[in-house]
Amino acid sequence: MTKQEVCIEAQNLVKHFPIKLGFFKTLVSKEAPEVHAVDGVSFKIGKGEIFGLVGESGCGKTTTGRLLVRLIDPTDGQVIFNGTEISRIPSKQMRKLRKKIQVIFQDPYESLNPRMSVYDIIAEPVTIQKIATSYKEISDKVREALEELDMIPAEEFMYRFPHELSGGQRQRVAIARAFVLRPEFLVADEPVSMLDASIRSEVLKLMLGLQKRLHTSILYITHDIALARHMCDRIAVMYLGKIVEMGSTEDVIHKPLHPYTKALIAAVPVPDPTARRISVTLKGEVPSAINPPPACRFHTRCSHTMEICRQKEPPLIEIANNRYVACHLHSGAA
Amino acid sequence: MELLKVENLKMYYKTIRGYVRAVDDVSFEVNKKDSLGIAGESGCGKTSVALAITRLLPTNGRIISGDITLAGENITKMSDKELRKKIRWKRISMIFQGAMNALHPTYTIGHQIAEAILTHEKVSKTEAFERAEKLIELVGMKADRTKRYPHELSGGMKQRAVTAMALACNPDLIIADEPTTALDVIVAAQVLNAMKDLRSRLDISMIVISHDLSMIAEICNRIAIMYAGKIVESGDLVSIYKEAEHPYTQKLISAFPSVLGQKTELSSIHGFPPDLLTPPPGCRFHPRCPYATELCKTSEPELLEIGRKGHHVACHLHSR
Repeated sequence: MTKQEVCIEAQNLVKHFPIKLGFFKTLVSKEAPEVHAVDGVSFKIGKGEIFGLVGESGCGKTTTGRLLVRLIDPTDGQVIFNGTEISRIPSKQMRKLRKKIQVIFQDPYESLNPRMSVYDIIAEPVTIQKIATSYKEISDKVREALEELDMIPAEEFMYRFPHELSGGQRQRVAIARAFVLRPEFLVADEPVSMLDASIRSEVLKLMLGLQKRLHTSILYITHDIALARHMCDRIAVMYLGKIVEMGSTEDVIHKPLHPYTKALIAAVPVPDPTARRISVTLKGEVPSAINPPPACRFHTRCSHTMEICRQKEPPLIEIANNRYVACHLHSGAA
Repeated sequence: MELLKVENLKMYYKTIRGYVRAVDDVSFEVNKKDSLGIAGESGCGKTSVALAITRLLPTNGRIISGDITLAGENITKMSDKELRKKIRWKRISMIFQGAMNALHPTYTIGHQIAEAILTHEKVSKTEAFERAEKLIELVGMKADRTKRYPHELSGGMKQRAVTAMALACNPDLIIADEPTTALDVIVAAQVLNAMKDLRSRLDISMIVISHDLSMIAEICNRIAIMYAGKIVESGDLVSIYKEAEHPYTQKLISAFPSVLGQKTELSSIHGFPPDLLTPPPGCRFHPRCPYATELCKTSEPELLEIGRKGHHVACHLHSR
């Protein structure tokens, strides 16, 4: 990664969501409670790289994705895209950048407007960004985008409405809509978690094919570490708004360092009856992000908790080339 | 010992456009202490099988033909009232998909479990509540959780509470429809472990319905693969995973990524599952099958036993 050009960089991103209180409580309580969705996350994504963000629900991975494409504004920190800071530029300028930054959402049943035909859905970004102006140019773009995702013949799908498509087809339309602008950076937020396994791999293959050809950088958000392994070059594991481990995919999966990563990998069921069985090393569930545990956020569930874990927060340090971990076990403090 | 036997079950949904053949000529059995996994894509009829067994059909669902025998007793001939009194909860109980969201929000967990016991058995209220506490402990939670309301519990705990509820009247068979689908990896693993533990301690049989083959590999010892309303392959866990003979099963298994094993290219099945209003003639998989021959387009393959005992395949490649 070091030699590679950086496409997008998150620097110490923070997002806290305030919680609305009732009238009386706002008078009494000293400070407004906040959900610490993302709490100081930094990473770089190289050009043409697929970077995976893995974690349980509620760990802040989707919020991070939304911050990068600036669907929400960060509380603190910066997003640097191609060398320019984009998290605070006016929305007019941001709109121009949207051509280069696209997003695919998790649920194709909700992300496609039910009253727009497939043609309108894909043509909308093309017209807004003025990529094509004449009717013929636009329809060529739409056809091309559909054919790229193996929706052939394109005419058969163009004039349908989302309710006339299956889940897999809908998600392909959502992907076509994102790729039609030829973005440099794409956030894919669990793009296949709603699909059946047999359809899933086909959609992923098409997406990977396009990514390779167009050299797009992707932030791939998923809860499925097995799937992340097949998609990503590097992955980062998130827990309660923080990155606990980061490195190349094979390193993180075969030599996990953080106890949370180890537990996450051990809990994945394996489609092989003769392989090792799942083991549950963690008790309980993710604590609330409103009052996250002090110091190391994982210490309440960790099996290696030491005194220092309750007092001091472990920083994310580079322990080997491009291998980061935030744990006192590996920081030399133990 | 055979506990449940399903023979030539046909369950259709009546729609304006005709019958949707959700379950078409399905036969299988579940032995005592067995755990059968039914796997397949969405819309292949796996949930309909479960609904037909418990006869919890929607108003347009009909059992066209077939017999369901529970421990030698034919339950297809029973009246609804008899079935409700004798079979449901007491002999067969079901955990529905997303059942954790079906808990009543204004009653405590304990109350809801006790209600099931009180409806079916002549016991005192205190006894029912005591039993509810024991059940909650059985699925790995503290007994005082019975005094909690559903909104006070997390997703994994609610799912376990629902599992405890299914155990309320000591059934012989539990049917679990996608028991871990909505849960996170670690929580899902906790629930799966609780279910595995129950099966070994209580000697109950299970039918687990899921699209997730890796989950089924964790808790089942036998598998039936369904495609378009039919069972295409069935057998014990190892023979299905290691010696899958049906092209559909092979593809389905290799579509799942493995977290530690060899990194292989994920396979996919081209095309889409057929419309069950007008399923394709012959073998229903032939439009998507890479090995399809002329024979597959016209004649339907039978589910035949091959090789190892209990391994059945419905495919022309293996019928000779």
